[in-house]
Parts: sequence; structure tokens; C-alpha cells
Amino acid sequence: MTQIPFEQGLMLAGLLFALGLLGVMVRRNLLFILMSVEIMLNASALAFVVAGARWGQPEGQVMVLFIMATAAAEASVGLALILQVHRLLHTLDADEANRLRG
Amino acid sequence: MAHVLWLIPALPLVGFLFLAIFGRRLGENAAAAVAVSAVTGAFAVAVAETAHIVSGNLTGVQQTLWTWIRIGDFAPRWEFSLDHLSVCFVLVITGVGALIHLYATDYMHGDESYSRFFAYMNLFVASMLTVVLADDLLVLYLGWEGVGLCSYLLIGFWYKDPANGRAARKAFVVTRVGDAAMAVALFILATHFGTLRIPDLLQQVPHTWVVGQQIATLTAFMLLGGAIGKSAQVPLQVWLPDAMAGPTPVSALIHAATMVTAGVYLIARTHPIFEIAPTAMHAVAIVGVVTLLIAGFAALAQRDIKRVLAYSTISQIGYMFLALGVGAWSAAIFHFVTHAFFKALLFLASGSVILAMHHEQDMFEMGGLRKKLPVTFWTFLAGSLALAGFPLISAGFYSKDAILAGAAETNLWLWVGGLLGVGLTGLYTFRMVFITFFGEAKHEPHRLPSPAAKTALITLAVLSIIGGGLMLPDYMGGFAPLGHFLEPVLPTHEAGHAPMSEPVMALIASLVALSGIGLAWWLFGTRPAFLERLQSGAFARGLDRFMLGGLGFDTLYDFVFIRPFVGLGKLNHRDVIDGVYEGTAALTEMGNHEVARTQNGKLRWYLAATAGGAALLLGLAIWG
Repeated sequence: MTQIPFEQGLMLAGLLFALGLLGVMVRRNLLFILMSVEIMLNASALAFVVAGARWGQPEGQVMVLFIMATAAAEASVGLALILQVHRLLHTLDADEANRLRG
Repeated sequence: MAHVLWLIPALPLVGFLFLAIFGRRLGENAAAAVAVSAVTGAFAVAVAETAHIVSGNLTGVQQTLWTWIRIGDFAPRWEFSLDHLSVCFVLVITGVGALIHLYATDYMHGDESYSRFFAYMNLFVASMLTVVLADDLLVLYLGWEGVGLCSYLLIGFWYKDPANGRAARKAFVVTRVGDAAMAVALFILATHFGTLRIPDLLQQVPHTWVVGQQIATLTAFMLLGGAIGKSAQVPLQVWLPDAMAGPTPVSALIHAATMVTAGVYLIARTHPIFEIAPTAMHAVAIVGVVTLLIAGFAALAQRDIKRVLAYSTISQIGYMFLALGVGAWSAAIFHFVTHAFFKALLFLASGSVILAMHHEQDMFEMGGLRKKLPVTFWTFLAGSLALAGFPLISAGFYSKDAILAGAAETNLWLWVGGLLGVGLTGLYTFRMVFITFFGEAKHEPHRLPSPAAKTALITLAVLSIIGGGLMLPDYMGGFAPLGHFLEPVLPTHEAGHAPMSEPVMALIASLVALSGIGLAWWLFGTRPAFLERLQSGAFARGLDRFMLGGLGFDTLYDFVFIRPFVGLGKLNHRDVIDGVYEGTAALTEMGNHEVARTQNGKLRWYLAATAGGAALLLGLAIWG
């Protein structure tokens, strides 16, 4: 089995994280923002796996399980909120939801 | 008997409180009854106390009420003391005060603030009695400020006219200058002696300080400052003529008979301090002479009858200061007593004239009132004779002679100044009499004095004529009950080297007074045409304006003090100190606006800012 180098694994995780962040920042649709957040979460999960493999520790994979559980919970809450926003504003544009403007 | 001493100031105070609380619900008669009986009651108590002192041959009675405040060793007490000096003042304040209250019941008839007037008058009497009865300088100072307050309230009594308010403020501010000086004197005495109790101070001062010591001179000058402010002497005399804006009984009681002589009382009371400060004593005499001459000249040109009387008051108090300055203490008190009689009388009589003339105060609008208002005329004449010092039959002649005799023994120039003042007094007094009561009648009088007013006028007229019997000069038998009475408190005047004998001086003074009166008769009684020709020149008109304005003191003060002050005020219209605080507030508000703009409600913007911040922190952690 070919070992994937540690650095490349981390770079991929960083790249995914940056992609997710960029997605959150540039997309206006709340649904896409939520998906981008999922990508960021998975990027960090990947970083944990890679790090766990590098040092031969099981905690990396444990953390991934936690992250998955959190992501599932977050997705359910996030989708529920998105539904409420759509019901309230009749749109999913995040910039329209600016009632808290100072 | 001493246990009722507190009643003397308390009765008018109760009258004030009663009128202040229930005044609105009382009718005119009830309010007048309360006020007059309060002052008359005080007079009765004062008479009883005086009888007690005289019959018991006592030097005075004292009553300690309670300790006012206690700060370490400094514990001023509410203590009243009636000695031979304060007896004179208390009797005049309550006696003349009661007559003026009686007169005012008629004068103020129909005024919408009838009870307010009497409330203030009673408060004034209570404060003034506190001044003269106080045994502690701090209590005296309280009364001193109290009379100042009442003076302010009563000058501005008809407050709907802004000019009256201005006059009241002027009086308050100008006397405050003197009061500040007096406060400094109190501070000096309190720090050096640890007490302000008058008997203790007067006993300690001559032993602690030596004659001519700087601190003694300073204290005496500061006390003199207070006296000058309250007694309207040069250079703080400018408030008194304007104080005539108040109702005429106020002018009679406060601005002629009592309050303005508080300065005389203060100096007489603290005379041991002045005796160890010869420079201050000379200053008192010089202030007196300068004042009596300046005010005499200013009185010559006035058109308003009350302003003539105001300047004559300033001038007569100048005589009292002259007497104090040359150490003729009892002469000063004698003149205070007679002056209270005849000046109160003149003011009340002029009040009757003013009422009869529909509140017209310009003498040149009156004329010919001799037949129309006989009682007023004859009483006014009695007062005028006393003011002018008409020989033998007026009280003013004897008191003024006593002062002039004292002055002549000290310094001939002081005597000459005083003598010139006698001539001026005769001239301006009878100018007023001839213009007001003689000549052709210009208007019909519309209101005659009531029986109450007549009672007050006639009583005061009798006192103005016979008051001289209180202290006759040696050449007339030397019957001087007042002089002997004052001996325990005030040292008798040491006979110096007079340049001539007393009868000769009295003769000269009489001739000067008579020639002043004669000149007035010649100018204003017989030859108005000649007078008009005399007054038509440009120089004469300018001089008239100058004297009408009180010899330019108001203009001078306006130029030296008021305008620079107002200018500074305008310059600093937007307060520099305020700018610091307002700037801070503006800066904070601006910061708030800027920061609030970041709260734009855009989720993606917040996130970008968070990511940027996180990147910055990471960068700092790695490379910083």
C-alpha cells in the first residue's frame, strides 16, 4: 500500500478548507453557504485523519467521528433555520437577512 | 428681664413667617395688623429692656440661646447682648420701624402684593435687629447678609418693571464687594484669636496687637470695606440712588434710617480695632468727608425728589463716618439717631407727595403744594430744617455741630470740608422745598394722607425738632443724656486743641447753613428767570448732566469694570473649559458612528472579517 505523504494530505485538507471558506464568503444562497460549511468541516476532519495516521494515534479518527456527528446535527439545525428564513423572507439570499444592521 | 431678649428679633421673624405662609389668605387689614403689631411688640420689649438697664444702672443684658456650630475650639453661639450702644440702634430700628410700618399700611393700600410687602419688611426688621443684638461676629454677619437680601427683595418689589430688577441687582452686587472685604476681616480675626465673640475679641485685640501693626491695619481696613459697602460711602455709593426704585416706605426704613447705618454700627462696635489702626481711622474720616461733599454736589442737580433724598442720605452718613474717623463716637451715634428721625420723615412726606401726584417723582412737575397738602408741607419743612441744620430749633443742628467740633479738634481741613457740606446741605434741601411746595401749582393732588400716615408724619416731625435735646453742647448747659449713656461702651472724645471755642464754631456753622438756605431761597424761590439764564450756557448744561449722573461714578465703573467683564464674557461665549468636555463627547459619538457602520447585517462580511482576523493572528503567531 502506497503511503500518501503527510504534507500532501495536509495540503489537500488546507485546500479544501480554503475552498469551503471562499464558498461561504462568495455565495449568497444560504443553501450553498451551508454546503460550503460542510466542506470546511470535512477539510478539518481530513486534517485530523492525516495527523492521526502520521503519529499512529487513534485520537485523530475519534475526532472525525465527533466531527461527523456535529456536522449531522449542524446540518439539521442549519436546514431548519434555512426553511424558517425562506418562510420569513421568501428568499435564500443571505444579504437580504440583514435585520440586525447597526 | 434678660430672658426675653430673644423676643426682640423673634417677633418680627414670626410676623414674617406668618405673613409668608398665610399672607395670600389674609386681607389688607389683617396683614397690616400682623406686621405692625410684630414691630410694635418688638419696640415694647426693647423699651422694657432699656428701662431695666437704666433703672438697674447695668452696662447691658445678655442672653445665650444655644451654640450654633462647633468646629474644634471654634464654637460661635447664638447670643444676644443689649448694651448701651445697641440700645440706641434697637430703639430706633423698632420705633422708627413701627412708624414706617404704620405709614406703609396707607401707602401700599391697593397693591396686589400687600402681604408680601409686609412679610419682607418684617424679615428686614428681624435681620437688622440680629445685626445690632448679635454678640458674635458670625451671627452679626448672618443678619448683615439678611438685611442685604431684604434690601434686594424690596428694591425689586415691583419686579414687573425690568429697571427695578436692575436696580435691585446693582445694589446686591455692589454691596457684595464690601461684604467680601468684611468676610476677609472675619477670617483674619478667627484665625488669630480662634473666636468671633465680640466681647472676647475687643478685649483681646488691644493686648495682642500693637498700635499701627500691619495686621491690625489690614483688619480695620477690611471692616471699613464692609461698612463702606453697606453704608453707601465713596467708592461704593453708586447703588443707593438707584435703590430708590423700591416703594417709598422701603427707602425710608432701609435706605435711610436703618440698614445703611449698619456700617456706622459696625465701626462703632469694633472701635478698639480701629483705635490701634490710626491709618484706618484717618481713612474713615477722609472717606466721610469726600463722600459728604461728592453726594452734596450730586444732590444739587437731581430732578427726582427721592434721588435728592438718597444723595442727602449718602452725605449724612458721610458725616457719621467723619465723626467715627475723628473718634467722636457718641457724636456719630447722636447723628445716627437724629438722622433716622428726620430722614425717615422726609422720605415719608415725599411719599405722600408722590402718592398725591400719581406716582410722579419729578420735582419740576410738582410745585405749589404748600396749600394743598398742609400736613405734608409742615412736616416736610420740619425734616428739611433738621437736615439743613437750622440753628437751635432742629435736631440736625446739634448732632452736626457735635461732629464738626470733633473734626475741628483733629484736623482743620476736615472741619472745613464738613462746613462746606453744611452749606451744600442747606442749598439742596431748600432747593427741593422751594421747587416742590412753592411756586405755581402744576397738578391737583388726588390723594391725601390717611390718619395713620399723618400720625407717623407728625410723630417723626416732633422727634426731628426735639431730638437735639438728647445731647446739648457744653455752652448750652451740657445736658447730654445720650453722651453719658454711651460712656460705658464708647470712649468719650478727648478734647483736643480746637482752633476756636465751640460757640464760635457753632455760630459759623449756623451762618453757613443759613446762607445755604438763603441762596436756595434767592435762586429757586425768587428768581427762576435768573436761574434759567444761568443754566442756559453749554458749560452749565454739561455740569448739570455730570452732577445729575452722580459725578460720573457710574460711567467710570461702567468703563472700568462692567464693559471689560461683559467683553470677556462675550469672548468666552463658548466656554473654553466646556470645550474639553464637549470635544470628548463629540469624539465618542463620532467613533460610535464609524464602528456602527461595520454592523451592516451582512453575514458574509462578518465572516470575511473573522477569517481576515484569524489569518492575521495566525500570521502573527507564526512570523511575529
